Amino acid sequence: MKSAETILKQASELRWQLPQNLHDRIAESIHGEAARIAARSLTRSAGNRRLAWQQKLDRLLTSPWTAFPIMVAVLGAILWLTIAGANVPSGMLNTLLVEKGHAMISQWFVAAGAPAWLKGLLVDGMYLATAWVIAVMLPPMAIFFPCFTLLEDFGFLPRVAFNLDRIFQKAGAHGKQALTMAMGLGCNAAGVVATRIIDSPRERIIAILTNNFSLCNGRWPTQILMATIFIGALAPEGWAGSIAALSVLVVALLGFGFAMLTSWLLARTVLRGEATSFSLELPPYRPPNFWKTLYTSLIDRTLIVLWRAVVFALPAGAVIWLVANVFIGDLTMAEWFVRAAEPLAWTMGLTGVILLAYVVAIPANEIVIPAILMLTVLVTGSAGGAGAGVMFEADEATVHAMLTAGGWTTLTAVCLMLFSLCHNPCSTTLYTIYRETRSWKWTAVSALLPLVMGFALCALVAAVWRALV
Amino acid sequence: MNTPDLHEPGEACLSCPSRFSQLRKLGLRVAESDHVIALAGNPNTGKTTVFNALTGLRMHTGNWPGKTISRAEGGFSYEGKNFKLVDLPGTYSLLSASPDEEVARGFLLFGRPDVTVIVADATCMERNLNLTLQILQITRRAVLCLNLMDEARANGIDIDTRQLARDLGIPVVPCAARSGEGIPELIREISIMAAREDAPAPRRLPLEIPGLRLALDRIEGDLQETFPQLPQPRWVALRLLEGDREIIEAVRSGEIGALSAPVHERLHHSA
Repeated sequence: MKSAETILKQASELRWQLPQNLHDRIAESIHGEAARIAARSLTRSAGNRRLAWQQKLDRLLTSPWTAFPIMVAVLGAILWLTIAGANVPSGMLNTLLVEKGHAMISQWFVAAGAPAWLKGLLVDGMYLATAWVIAVMLPPMAIFFPCFTLLEDFGFLPRVAFNLDRIFQKAGAHGKQALTMAMGLGCNAAGVVATRIIDSPRERIIAILTNNFSLCNGRWPTQILMATIFIGALAPEGWAGSIAALSVLVVALLGFGFAMLTSWLLARTVLRGEATSFSLELPPYRPPNFWKTLYTSLIDRTLIVLWRAVVFALPAGAVIWLVANVFIGDLTMAEWFVRAAEPLAWTMGLTGVILLAYVVAIPANEIVIPAILMLTVLVTGSAGGAGAGVMFEADEATVHAMLTAGGWTTLTAVCLMLFSLCHNPCSTTLYTIYRETRSWKWTAVSALLPLVMGFALCALVAAVWRALV
Repeated sequence: MNTPDLHEPGEACLSCPSRFSQLRKLGLRVAESDHVIALAGNPNTGKTTVFNALTGLRMHTGNWPGKTISRAEGGFSYEGKNFKLVDLPGTYSLLSASPDEEVARGFLLFGRPDVTVIVADATCMERNLNLTLQILQITRRAVLCLNLMDEARANGIDIDTRQLARDLGIPVVPCAARSGEGIPELIREISIMAAREDAPAPRRLPLEIPGLRLALDRIEGDLQETFPQLPQPRWVALRLLEGDREIIEAVRSGEIGALSAPVHERLHHSA
């Protein structure tokens, strides 16, 4: 009997006597055998209409001339559907949960003789923030995710990756980054995990660092709300929805552009190297299983993401109420922060309230809009009238009036949309990045890079805007 | 994600020696299951759909390669036996060293499932048989699930499954997992294969490369002598000649010698 070491030694000696391209030749002979077996049991009937149809569709979806307009149009159509479709159910949920629900629960607390601070913390803080998150997020997500999943099942995504591969290659990144960015449109943490399909560590880091430029579902509501009440309002009657959808599409495409630019810069500086090649199979188009897809995307994605948002909204609501009601000297904590942040915010075309909202919303982007509204009510002391730190809203016109009272202009909305695209990822995504890279350095870079870009971009836009208008 | 809550191994299991630890090391909770079934195949052949059809779970599926990144687990019972099902990431081959291929290969080799269900896309058989042949070099305790038969038919492809089964030496079940077609037959074949007591020898490949056969014979002979229970000495010999790091390490540490019996025997020993 020989020892393991002897066998290994003998194997490595024998290796020298074998052809150098042993690996390829083994692969070849396996392939030959597979082909022989397949040929024996397979017959094809000629003249296949379905295959021809698929090839025609592939030519349309992957030709340089038609592919890009189609991709942009599909994304635009989904956004339009989301904006137009979510409006009514969002309003209904708002009436139910925010207006009626809040009033009712407040009454219970008053009737039970609960102290004012307890009612404030639980009802005006935690309940309202959560109700808001559900009203703002649930309808758009319930439309956006199923649409996206249907496209995914149909076989559209690999074609998108195929089309974008050339651009990614030029940027020095991996073509499969397109797939991970598409996942990022749902959730950046999921997008970061999806980068595991990229083998090369260098390209994987690039994909992780730039995933944040895919607008995630926590940020779509911010984009949609700003576009609807500020930009859509500028358009003539009847065009508001389309213009709003178009402006969100522009921001989403801008995000893609930033991702490319950042990838290119990284690939030329700290993450130098050639783009590796990979094989991508274009799967056959498959008719999506409509009802099943609807079910899985509602359960797996919409509800899970919504649940996460609610879990974060509860404590965030408490924090918002506290910073708006705990006094230090003669000002509340929120007012101190807003005053201190105001000069910086002004340079960026934002308001101090927005910056505070982004600090509160580090755990989840979904909190941004509720936080802004709650804090605006506090600072301007306007409308709502339910007391400090209570956001209270009925419809778009009221929100518009309230925000305008808080010193908002179209510039504020535009800069908020840009800052929403370009800022640090949420803490869940950052934690995921750390877990995937096992590096504090890359985690810090992925937080600071978009943040610095966001500051610069907003400041630039604000300066140009103020010079022109 | 949607991993169903299976019980942790009981005390008796925790104290039993190595055979069980092999699977536990791979992160698998196998207590209370009689058989462990692996699901392998090329990317985008509908492994996850087959997985869902077998387990009744609803893992998210998508029409693009590489969708299943982590290993999903689930279970089902049939005729009083509990089956543990592991959905492996899709790979085109087992020859290279990319991370997802290592997961799949490592599981087939070191996890030693009782049955490996190879999910193949009936619309592109040739490419799928490539992987099938490679898996059959590791284990013949396998069933070929010829999935997407509905699409193959629509594309005018006709497959003689009996011929294919004869050529491969394993059962072949035509399926359309999306609509559930062929799933009962697949479950029956899995159950029959799992209950088989004999261990069919791995399939040999005709490797007509100068000097290879001689070298393989020598290494294989040595391996058999040192690790008499090793079920696939020829495949291991080939990997050694190719300089596969993972396999070299497994031979050096003697881990490869522990791969003697299929899982269910190991389970029964430990019970």
